[in-house]
Amino acid sequence: MKPAEFYARDRRWHPPALARDYKTSVTRSPQYAAISLQHSASELTGPVFGHNDIDAVDNDLLANYAQPGESPIGERIIVHGRVLDENARPVPNTLVEIWQANAGGRYRHKKDTYLAPIDPNFGGCGRTLTDENGYYYFRTVKPGAYPWRNWVNDWRPAHIHVSVFGSGFAQRLITQLYFEGDPLIAKCPIVATIPDPQAIDMLIARLDMNATIPLDTIAYHFDIVLRGRRSTLFENRLEGN
Amino acid sequence: MKYLKETPSQTAGPYVHIGLAPGAAGFDIYREELGHDIAGPNPKGERIRVEGLVIDGTGSPIKDVLLEAWQANADGHYAHPEGGGEVEEGFRGWGRVITDFETGEWGFDTVKPGRVMGRNGRLMAPHINLWIVARGINLGLNTRMYFADEDAANAEDPVINLIEWERRRATLIARREDRDGLPLYRFDIKVQGQDETVFFDI
Repeated sequence: MKPAEFYARDRRWHPPALARDYKTSVTRSPQYAAISLQHSASELTGPVFGHNDIDAVDNDLLANYAQPGESPIGERIIVHGRVLDENARPVPNTLVEIWQANAGGRYRHKKDTYLAPIDPNFGGCGRTLTDENGYYYFRTVKPGAYPWRNWVNDWRPAHIHVSVFGSGFAQRLITQLYFEGDPLIAKCPIVATIPDPQAIDMLIARLDMNATIPLDTIAYHFDIVLRGRRSTLFENRLEGN
Repeated sequence: MKYLKETPSQTAGPYVHIGLAPGAAGFDIYREELGHDIAGPNPKGERIRVEGLVIDGTGSPIKDVLLEAWQANADGHYAHPEGGGEVEEGFRGWGRVITDFETGEWGFDTVKPGRVMGRNGRLMAPHINLWIVARGINLGLNTRMYFADEDAANAEDPVINLIEWERRRATLIARREDRDGLPLYRFDIKVQGQDETVFFDI
């Protein structure tokens, strides 16, 4: 039986390649139109990851780079949610990877020269596999805003970079998570590469008091949606999509 | 039917290495970084090396790119439940590489993939699927690398033949060279401008 194809990507929902206010995109955006490709196994399949690939502590940024008995400085948060597809079905056992600056907006990267200091107990990356219900969570500190050389006084909103695989290479996605209520979101040229305010809204994690651990850690909720799979009357599996 | 919308993409940014290749960012954190070993310890087929640059619209190499490769094994099977058949132990078919910060050169060691069945029963020529993210790239770019020494298969490849502009097809063909007896394929990717690489909306 032919595997079902993924729904076409809505290229008016995603940011266009060229968004002049985000200056780096000017010379890094293709000028020719992409060639549309109906899917074969090359697009429908993708890498499979298992628990042998990662360690249990990898999703805990409060611990995965801290000295024994110490922890990073900053607002302790849980980021959690589900990875779903466009049919609202969970995407189980898929790899979610994140990276971020520390509480002061400084990245642990040899190319970052921002004067805010490195936190000796904070690496800034994590990874996990979704469970059978598509659920994932990380513990970390809330990242700080960060200046960047775009316009003279541009500051990135607090954000966490998120990378997700899904089950096929065509679902591969990298995005950024923002935090509810941050006034920098509306000013950011990278956020504004996304034309539709509803699409931007999907990137804003919501404060989640019900998942907050009293006297310990604040929680934010962030669901991720990957491309769904089509089924036709003739290709349909009996159990549905 | 109520559908959800896909989460919109954002650029991977200049510090993508922190999350996806932390050793290159300058620190060790994971027991094992993912994506270093594409073909595993005992792959079938011909061992090859692939190298190239990613070049921007000014002709300059992009030095903060991350590429991911996805390929079949020498039998034309992907390491996936719907991949067409079994693959050898340790063959993942997926790799992740970054550019050298000074030169922009990237490269990986793998094996030459076999032909994979495409749509409507038409075999595709051997190819490696590539996904490219970087600062300034808002949505990952998909392309394919084909092999210059597969002329006959390339000529009947259903995807190459989708490209109406015949001169653009050459942008997907990696040049074969020899380095100390090991086959080396050179594949430069031009993101914009003269001889712009073909990218796919997959």
